[in-house]
Amino acid sequence: MEHLIKVLPQLLRGAVITVEITSLSVFFGMLIGLFMGLGKLSKNPLFKLPAVIYVDFIRGTPLFVQILLFYYGIPNLVFQYTGNPFNIEPMIAAVVVCSLNSGAYVAEIFRAGIQSIERGQMEAARSLGMNHSQAMRYIILPQAFKRIVPPLGNEFIVLLKDTSLLAVIGVIELTQSGRLYVASTYAAFPAYIGVALVYLVMTLSISRLVDWTERRLGVSDRRE
Amino acid sequence: MIVVNNLVKNFGSLEVLKGISERVKPQEVVCIIGPSGSGKSTFLRCLNLLETPTSGDITIDGKSITDPKNDINKIREEVGMVFQRFNLFPHMTTLQNITLAPMKVKGLSQKEAEERAHNLLIKVGLTDKAHVYPDSLSGGQQQRVAIARALAMYPKIMLFDEPTSSLDPEMVGEVLAVMKDLAGEGMTMVVVTHEMGFAREVGDRVLFIDEGIIVEQGTPAQIFSDAQNERTRAFLSKIL
Ligand SMILES: Nc1ncnc2c1ncn2[C@@H]1O[C@H](COP(=O)(O)OP(=O)(O)OP(=O)(O)O)[C@@H](O)[C@H]1O
Ligand SMILES: [Mg+2]
Repeated sequence: MEHLIKVLPQLLRGAVITVEITSLSVFFGMLIGLFMGLGKLSKNPLFKLPAVIYVDFIRGTPLFVQILLFYYGIPNLVFQYTGNPFNIEPMIAAVVVCSLNSGAYVAEIFRAGIQSIERGQMEAARSLGMNHSQAMRYIILPQAFKRIVPPLGNEFIVLLKDTSLLAVIGVIELTQSGRLYVASTYAAFPAYIGVALVYLVMTLSISRLVDWTERRLGVSDRRE
Repeated sequence: MIVVNNLVKNFGSLEVLKGISERVKPQEVVCIIGPSGSGKSTFLRCLNLLETPTSGDITIDGKSITDPKNDINKIREEVGMVFQRFNLFPHMTTLQNITLAPMKVKGLSQKEAEERAHNLLIKVGLTDKAHVYPDSLSGGQQQRVAIARALAMYPKIMLFDEPTSSLDPEMVGEVLAVMKDLAGEGMTMVVVTHEMGFAREVGDRVLFIDEGIIVEQGTPAQIFSDAQNERTRAFLSKIL
């Protein structure tokens, strides 16, 4: 108990880093995901192919490996070709990898959300003279957004938990904070139960937030 | 107004329209009847390019719509469409459903668009429903909003694909009444329908489509009481 109280400030500092990385990655992940999701639905192979390859690659490989590849692999590659030593800031690597990672999952969520809107909606919009992008923007996406709030929330919870893997490149986020404490005190149980509880508080908060958002958005669309 | 020349539409290896030629005159109301799967909807959807014809050409108001050089969106502004399942936008109120396209496509101000919408709501008898969402409207009311939404673009032609067949019987009348008014005002209309009363009373001409061709056509009186073709008679005997 004593250890738990002592470790807490350190853990909270780590949690702030975790939240920072997660929010930035969620933001960029949404942007990437929207474009890649639309790319996957495009009939033009110039948009579709890169999106398909990107999503398949990210979803088909472990995040852990993606972190290693980006943080250690890329500098190695650059060194091989240019002969200059090249390093990436761990925090930057963290945000880039997590954004790219969540972007692929969000792309699939967007794609499924857009496809779940019945065809008649697009047809009605087009029959009124709207072009494809107007129909997407005013008709399809607003309806799709409502449907994808729950899976998006779920994806963010997964991402938040997965940032713990960033400990491997020395980002002092929540999990790494716990490990550092254990390294100097050997108090493994209090430290790690503390880490777990802080994650739990964060993930439960997100899922409450998602529930609330869902209810708010539901007001204008009770029809399913 | 509409000239269709040897229209063919295939879905993969399935030939759905097998060479349809037809003319619709200004202010004419043409009703299309025929068995399920005969290609009625496909024909109608070709007229505003919701389906791309495989071959043949379609001219609307002197402009070829099958010519890839012409702007599809411009053409669609002039051809309103009403669907069997209404297809209202569920995330928008009645008013927003009606004003969206005039504002975004025609560039009307919100005030102009709302004025237009208001007049159309009077026409379809739903002024009190301007600010509600589609899910709180009955089927008949939804379809009337859908008609108002299409009319808000001031189209020259209106296409109706079985506008009353997903309605409860007691609501069919209110929708047909709106369509009848529209016909009375001189709107050019192509209507796929199984409402023989409507076809008889409002239609100028009836086309009987079966297996992707127009088997027979004529005035409602000719088709309903004096069909020449065996298939037409067999179809009518089943539904009348
Ligand atoms: N997008 C599509 N892809 C493949 N086949 C289609 C498609 N749309 C229609 N068909 C087929 O084309 C044929 C004609 O369909 P269509 O909807 O035009 O018939 P319909 O006369 O309107 O029938 P109904 O009275 O049932 O509405 C049917 O066999 C249908 O299965
Ligand atoms: Mg049909």
